Amino acid sequence: MATQATYLGMPLALDDLDVENVAYFKHCAAHDFHLQKCGACSLLRYPPTTACPWCANPKSEWVKVEGKGEVHSYSEVHHAIQPAFKAHTPYLILLVDLDTQKGKPTEHESLRVVGNLVTPDGTLAPPDMVRRVGIGTRVRMVFSDVGPGLAIPQWTIDEGAAQPAKPWRYPQE
Amino acid sequence: MTMPAETDATSPKHLRDKYAIVGVGETTYTRGSGKTTRALGTWAVRNAIEDAGLKPSDVDGVLSYQSGDSTFGTFIAGDLGIRPNFYMDVFGGGSSTEALVGMAMGLIEAGMCKTVVIFRAMNGFSQVRIGGTGARAAAPVSGDMLHSRAYGWQSAGQMFSLTFMRHMYDYGTRPEQVAAVKAIHSEHASNNPKAFYKQRFTVEDVLKSRIICKPLHLLDCCVETDNGTALVVTSAERAKDCRHPRTLIRGVVGRCNKPRTDMHYQHGPISTVAGKYARDILWPNSGVGPEDVDITGSYDAFTFTTMLQLEDYGFCKKGDGGQYVSDGTIRLGGRRPNNTSGGHLCEGYTHGLNMVIENVRQLRHDADDSCPVGPDGKRQHTYDYREGGCRQVKKCEVSANMGWANPGTGSAMVMRNE
Repeated sequence: MATQATYLGMPLALDDLDVENVAYFKHCAAHDFHLQKCGACSLLRYPPTTACPWCANPKSEWVKVEGKGEVHSYSEVHHAIQPAFKAHTPYLILLVDLDTQKGKPTEHESLRVVGNLVTPDGTLAPPDMVRRVGIGTRVRMVFSDVGPGLAIPQWTIDEGAAQPAKPWRYPQE
Repeated sequence: MTMPAETDATSPKHLRDKYAIVGVGETTYTRGSGKTTRALGTWAVRNAIEDAGLKPSDVDGVLSYQSGDSTFGTFIAGDLGIRPNFYMDVFGGGSSTEALVGMAMGLIEAGMCKTVVIFRAMNGFSQVRIGGTGARAAAPVSGDMLHSRAYGWQSAGQMFSLTFMRHMYDYGTRPEQVAAVKAIHSEHASNNPKAFYKQRFTVEDVLKSRIICKPLHLLDCCVETDNGTALVVTSAERAKDCRHPRTLIRGVVGRCNKPRTDMHYQHGPISTVAGKYARDILWPNSGVGPEDVDITGSYDAFTFTTMLQLEDYGFCKKGDGGQYVSDGTIRLGGRRPNNTSGGHLCEGYTHGLNMVIENVRQLRHDADDSCPVGPDGKRQHTYDYREGGCRQVKKCEVSANMGWANPGTGSAMVMRNE
């Protein structure tokens, strides 16, 4: 039976047929980040896929991956589209380079994982926290619980990590 | 005219100049057309066929593109008495126009039909809006969208901004440089009586408009309008019998991609767009290079998309796009004007087709501005580009259109006159 839940006013649904996403979010629900590791070339991939984007092999296993990395790019949304996000503007959409497998298989690739900036408990970040984050900020993964069997991975400032003196922010504040 | 030496051509140069765009047509750019997409498509196709000097029965191929927001080609064909030997409605928005022109050439080359009309009909303001607003914003999120929409990452501006922001970081691109695209396109639109927004904006106006999602201000984003647009493709031989001087197709590249089409951000640099790959097909196919091009039609869903494509197709050095779009090059009267109609930022939003229409008219030396019409039925262009004046480019022999679907996917086409 499909998994269904409501998150920020949005109905989320995960179909049983969608086996890769079911496995991915099952780990997320346990606050445990896993990615597929190719059975042939051993490379990790994101987001979940049926075959390996690097070698086309369909065999993979789920392996635990450390949820740490650095902001590669971001957008700060002031005009939300989805109604329930309007109460949380401005919110950040982050594209994060994981430390794991960075610069592989070529220098142009990294596992770039999307998420919002959230507080450690998984709530969309308040404005004073939003203003602290830019390209180069060190972040760690946390989870927003959505419902039974479903959580989505998110990012929060890694307070324990060495941060850049001044992360790069859009020049017109 | 003479073309440069045809060196390093890797793909079908034998099709160069063998096909032509013979007719272009559109409906009024409005917000509230009061018409169905079927009516908009019918009018646009009818206008394009008439512009070509053809009858509907001369057309036997129908192609269209849409995102579940339009009418199928068979209805338009039926409305006008066209009996298609081929039709196809494809899924997609930006980048479809040039791709479908290439498909039309292939269809005719394969003997499947002789003359093809391509249309895009949409109520992009009054029915299905582009950002996924309204009822669609509340639709269930499932499958691969769980990795995007669940994060409030769904509209085109939200999706593309990660590319735009990283370009500013990688190359020091400034907000005021990119804002120049809107200012310049608005100057062009002020000389286009059919543009939805004819008002001129300054760089300061853009920077003072409210932030939608950084780095995009409201005025960095295109308009949303209701309109139908269409063009007719046929062989260069048949084009000789049509109404206007021929606009010949030098080369096309369609829906060319960066690696990792499932999620292009997995491949970097993310400040590089599909044009980097498409240019290696476009220029050899066309037998010309950026230096030979007189006018460009670089898709302006956002100010940034114009800049990124001009850069990655090689009109300037990588990273110099901010300089290129703000130093006067792309302005009417400049070295290589871009989107002389005002484009998506000002004329109207059609997912790219109106930019091809504009360049066809420019190549015919027949831009529909306010200049007086002479005894030969053509406008007597003054080349006075002040507000409300002329918008015909004086030396206009070769054009390049660059369509954009997203940072990872693009299409392009080079045309020339005779």
